[in-house]
Amino acid sequence: MDAIELGIVALKCLVIVAVLLTGFAYTTFLERKVIARMQQRLGPNRAGPFGLLQPAADGVKLIFKENITPVGVDRFVYFLAPIVSMVVAIMAFAVMPVADPITVTIGGQVREIRFQLADFNVALLYVLGITSLAVYGLVLAGWASNNKFALIGGLRSAAQMVSYELAMGVALVSVVLVVGSLSMNDIVDWQVAKGLPLIVLQPVAFGIYAITAIAETNRAPFDFPEAEQELVAGYHTEYTGMRFALFFMAEYINMITVSGLAATLFLGGHHLPFVERFTGNLPWFVDIGVFLAKVILALFLFIWIRATIPRLRYDRLMAFGWKVLLPISLANLALTAVVIAFLAR
Amino acid sequence: MLADYAPLVVLLAFAVGLGVIVMGLAHFIGPRSPSPVKDQTYESGMTAIGGAQRRVPVRYYLIATLFILFDIEVIYLYPWAADFRNLVAKQGFGALGGMAVFLGILLVGYVYVWREGALEWD
Repeated sequence: MDAIELGIVALKCLVIVAVLLTGFAYTTFLERKVIARMQQRLGPNRAGPFGLLQPAADGVKLIFKENITPVGVDRFVYFLAPIVSMVVAIMAFAVMPVADPITVTIGGQVREIRFQLADFNVALLYVLGITSLAVYGLVLAGWASNNKFALIGGLRSAAQMVSYELAMGVALVSVVLVVGSLSMNDIVDWQVAKGLPLIVLQPVAFGIYAITAIAETNRAPFDFPEAEQELVAGYHTEYTGMRFALFFMAEYINMITVSGLAATLFLGGHHLPFVERFTGNLPWFVDIGVFLAKVILALFLFIWIRATIPRLRYDRLMAFGWKVLLPISLANLALTAVVIAFLAR
Repeated sequence: MLADYAPLVVLLAFAVGLGVIVMGLAHFIGPRSPSPVKDQTYESGMTAIGGAQRRVPVRYYLIATLFILFDIEVIYLYPWAADFRNLVAKQGFGALGGMAVFLGILLVGYVYVWREGALEWD
């Protein structure tokens, strides 16, 4: 890797972090606006036109808040936990392909620039591994806070996330079976080559992925780690100001990541698999727009579900994960394998 | 091969840097006026009784153990799934049968766990 390539990588990292942070800020804004509309309210509309500067105002406010470190916290772990949460959330986005690669000439050399930070053959496994590390941030925060609400919130989130991760893992095996590769680009290319998004071939896997993705990101109706009526604010009860903001950031960046993963695995990624049969391959800037549109659509669904469905009961949640989702995803896997074996023979 | 993963290290540096900067901002910019009452553990206005780092219900350990068992099985599925078409081409339905035996054993364990009541929450 030479200096220019390293520069490109650094630039990409900068863009990823900047875009994810902006995305986080405006996802919170979108959420507040959409939920307000669904509840016959206006939502934030004072800061800037249509309230568009609201996220910036929130950020500034949080920076100037007093930070309270309660007595009895395990200081090192207490400060570490929000950083772990946020780092893990950002890292998961590294393998997401956002557009087709382009070639440019830098200093007389022709270089291919990929709209993806890292491309390797076990990308899907990497995403699953990294997102499962998110449990640590929550559990460490809950344990280090020396607060009973936080502890219970952390424990619940650990149990919930590991339970739903199983079903998610099995559901995604079906996708791998169909495509025959774990690389993000291979999965997207396969959908373009066949001219159909995988959601058509694997609707059950997509349904299970959607449900488990909501559970993994601790969103309503699975928002038990921070069920306010029972647990105050759950694992981040004792966090204030920017420290709390880091958890908030992690939650929304995780939402963006699982939405991006849903777009890549099931909806054709940055391509429009059926449409491109007629139009041919679209240029890279259209690719980015397509990817963004799919992610925003998925984020809107997240918000819509939050505004519509009330929270489950905790024992029902665990039973649903272990006794319903896991058997269905295993059955789907078995069926997929048998069908493919017959077709491939 | 290993160079494919190098960009991850750069991104990790950026992410950790961002985290540390944000925590630093919070530390240096925000006002500070601690008081013994304000610094108490929050328990909805009551004085906290005892610490929170106490024993944890055993069912959480049970869930964690089950997760590790099943998740390792799921990891074994991935290489098989990624290479499934080649396996079918080479071994015919043997590719299916091998995994069927493996999943069958997993299923026996799953049924046992269910019948023993390890999946019940109360």
